This record gives sequence, structure tokens and C-alpha cells, in this order.
Amino acid sequence: MDPQAAKFIGAGIACIGMGGAGIGVGHIFGNYLAGALRNPSAAGAQFTNALIGAALAEGLGIFSLVVALLLLFT
Amino acid sequence: MAQAIDPIHQFQIFDIAGPFHIGGYEISFTNSNLFMGIVVLVVTGILIAASSKAALVPGRLQSIGEMWYQFIENMVKQVLGHEGKKFFPLVFSLFSFVLISNMLGMFPYFFTVTSHVIVTAALAVFVVALVVVVGISKHGLGWFKLFVPHGVPMVILPFISIIEIISFLSRPISLGLRLFGNMLAGHIVLKVFAGFVVVLGSLGFGGVIGAIAPLAMAVALTALEFLVAFLQAFVFAILTCVYLNDALHPSH
Repeated sequence: MDPQAAKFIGAGIACIGMGGAGIGVGHIFGNYLAGALRNPSAAGAQFTNALIGAALAEGLGIFSLVVALLLLFT
Repeated sequence: MAQAIDPIHQFQIFDIAGPFHIGGYEISFTNSNLFMGIVVLVVTGILIAASSKAALVPGRLQSIGEMWYQFIENMVKQVLGHEGKKFFPLVFSLFSFVLISNMLGMFPYFFTVTSHVIVTAALAVFVVALVVVVGISKHGLGWFKLFVPHGVPMVILPFISIIEIISFLSRPISLGLRLFGNMLAGHIVLKVFAGFVVVLGSLGFGGVIGAIAPLAMAVALTALEFLVAFLQAFVFAILTCVYLNDALHPSH
């Protein structure tokens, strides 16, 4: 296989990981919203925790994007 | 044509004054340096203007300054408690620098300082090194109890310790890469959608009609990017607080 083509295929495969991060962030905010609708008075205090969780989950997706960019541009 | 819509071109660093040879090193004043200076000037300018004419009933600018200050003050108080008051200037500076560089990067032809991994990695390594220094100077060798959690059976304790150490060592990487990746990906996506508009628009009348969809998408993505710019600055600041909390209270 042409090494350049293999690089592009690898970058595409690496980006599949971002879908997992999307699922994770969706889970966090979906469950936050479900909890907030059940108990709206406790929702405000937990929004920060929801954002921290979303940031931690999103970071793993960003790793796969960085791997893809490294494959493309090095 | 291909050169004109290159989405990576916006991240190029070039010398404005330059390269000077000082002590065997090549040192030059780049556009990144220029925009870091602009960011610092904007932050200090806004805050000085907001606090110079302090009134009992705050005006618009003073309200912005007070909200900015109280937002970070509440965050530090909530996460770090009373002890964390001496870290407030650090967290406030980090938040302000990251927020204003993200926001300035959203303007056309402006350089985004935080879209370079060397800048964000330097900030993140500084934060985690500070956690180690503060933790050891405050608790001595007892700080290493951070890696030995309470109430874990002896059988799995070595594995838990190894996992804790790995997760601690990956913090500077994840903290720096998160900000860098978000800024880089967001700006690339904006430029790619703007490129669709240009390419479709050059195809004649039908293309111009077709270009409405990516144009609307680019407008929506710009709004999203402003949200991400604020959110990433907030996340950087609050993760700094969470990590500093480990230094202050290691046995959790």
C-alpha cells in the first residue's frame, strides 16, 4: 500500500474515537438534564460538576483528533 | 485556489522582528508574541478601566469587572475552600489569559495564541508542577498518600496506586491538549465551512443558491465557537482548582 494512503486511512480510523467522546458527552448532559428535571432545586449546584465531567470526556476525543492530525501532518 | 482556502494557514507563525542571534540562540518577535502582548494589554486595560471609576451603583464596565472577579472568586471558594484564597490571583490570571486569547482569536485575521500546543502545554505543565511543589512543601512526604487511597484492600492496592500515578502523570498532557485541541479543531471547522461557501459561490448562480446552507452553518458554528472559547477557559480554570485541591488536601 502507498504509505501516504495508509496515513490518510489511519487518520480516518483515529477519528472514530471522537464518536465515542460524543456519546460520552451526550450521556453526561442527558443524565444531568434528567436529574435536573427531577430535582430542579439541586440542579444549579451540580452544573459545574457536569461541565467538569464533559470536559474530561471530551479530552479523550481530542486525543484521537490529535493522533489523526499527527498522522496527517508529520 | 487550493492555497487560498488552506484551513491550516491561519496557524502559521512568522517573524515580525527578526531573528536576533543572542548567545547562540535564534530569538525573534513573532505574531504569537505580538498577540500575547495584546491579550495582556486588553485584560489589564479592561480591568483598570472597570475599577478606576468605582461607584456604589456600578456602571456597565464596572459590572463586567465585578462579575468577572466574583465568578472566579466563587469558583475558588467552592473548590478550594478558605485555604485557597492565596491561589486566587493565579487562577484569575490563567482564566483571564485563556479567555481573552480565545475570544480575540475569533476575530478575522487575528492569531489565536492558545491554538498552539506549546503555549497550552507550558501553562498546563506549570500548573501541575505547582501542584507537586505546593503539595510537598505543605505536607512533606505525606503528600504521596495521594497515590494510596484509603479503604482499598491490600490485594488490589498496588494496581490502584499504579493507576493513580498514571492518571496524575497524564494530567499535564490532557489539560494542555484539551484547550489546544478545542481551539485548533474549532478554527479548522470554521475555515472549512467558509471554504465550502467560496468554492460553491464560484460555480455560478446555482452554486450561490447552494452556498446558503454552508454560510448558515458557518454563522451557527461561529456562535458555538464563542461558547467553546468561554467554556474552555472556564474548564481550564476549574481543573486548575481541582488539581490544586489535591495539593492542599491529598487524603481524599
